[in-house]
Amino acid sequence: MSCNRNNQRRQFLSKGAALAAAVTIAPGLMLYDFARARPAGEPASSAVRWGMLIDAGQCESGCDACVSACNRENGLSGRTLPTDPQWIRKLELQQEGTGRKVSLPMMCQHCAEPPCVEVCPTGASFKRADGIVLVDKHLCIGCRYCMMACPYKARSFVHEPVVDHSGATPRGRGTVESCTLCVHRVDQGVAPACVEACAKEGHQAILFGNLNDPESAISKRLQSVTSVKLRADLNLDPGFSFVGL
Amino acid sequence: MKPWVMMLLLLTLADPLVAAVSVPDLDIGQGGHCVDDPRFMRLNHMKLMLHQRDETVHQGIRGGKYSLAGCVDCHASKKNHSVLGTNQNFCQGCHVYAAVKIDCFECHSSEPRKMSGTQLGLVPAGGRLK
Repeated sequence: MSCNRNNQRRQFLSKGAALAAAVTIAPGLMLYDFARARPAGEPASSAVRWGMLIDAGQCESGCDACVSACNRENGLSGRTLPTDPQWIRKLELQQEGTGRKVSLPMMCQHCAEPPCVEVCPTGASFKRADGIVLVDKHLCIGCRYCMMACPYKARSFVHEPVVDHSGATPRGRGTVESCTLCVHRVDQGVAPACVEACAKEGHQAILFGNLNDPESAISKRLQSVTSVKLRADLNLDPGFSFVGL
Repeated sequence: MKPWVMMLLLLTLADPLVAAVSVPDLDIGQGGHCVDDPRFMRLNHMKLMLHQRDETVHQGIRGGKYSLAGCVDCHASKKNHSVLGTNQNFCQGCHVYAAVKIDCFECHSSEPRKMSGTQLGLVPAGGRLK
């Protein structure tokens, strides 16, 4: 590796100019954080930690807008054979006894203490300064330790040669991949594809934003509602929280 | 050997040598001004791209000068919209000539970026973080 990313000091995003204000789309309904896009040439900063809040109460059963948007954006086939990569999958859960049903999207939880990074023998699996957990496919040898380590089953192995490179994310056979939190969009100041698709469907089940900013819509929502992190017992500190489970 | 003999020898040898060495006949696509001196790029593009790739992937530094996608945008052939395909296509032609395996395009696109969507920084409605 030609750079030691651990020694890099991250500059505070836009020197505090990252004005973050919640946008009220409708009374009581807040959407995206408004944080200024990082200028080209500046590295991701640990002053930011990206995360999502999934509202299972707003997630409609049978809707897969987030999944198809993810597939389209990143060039996934959308097939669901055991060997086909899936970055998001929709879960339909039913509570025993009461029969209460909930629906939710499941994907990489972008942990602060990611076990996939810990087990990776080559340094391919890594966490960016802003909390996004990624695979450097140039370094990935396809050993799949990370897939075994992930308690959320969030990662996929690419078994087949990738012929369609129309997606925004470079993908290739023999490497492991998972949700990148649409890092290519986030770096431009655009919300991930799933968030946009969910909002377009009018469901508002996914709130995306900066967890480190107390004024961001996601932080404010987290302060005001009861939320849970999945498998909180593992102390991985996921960037994803859920309400309505 | 005396210098003038050496020079004479070189001159007599040089012509047939130049004629014997074939250089790849490349379709440089759109071409135009390269991001750096073409001779420098020919020798160093792999180092420049390797360096920038690590900065982009690991630190999220975007908009660098030496991007693979940038090469493809300018040098994809206008015939098949790719830098691969035949031994005249920009990347393939030179790499076949130099006998260096090129595996960039197993993952990366060999076609120019589409002039729409977020790939060029355009903003989808309602999705702007700003």
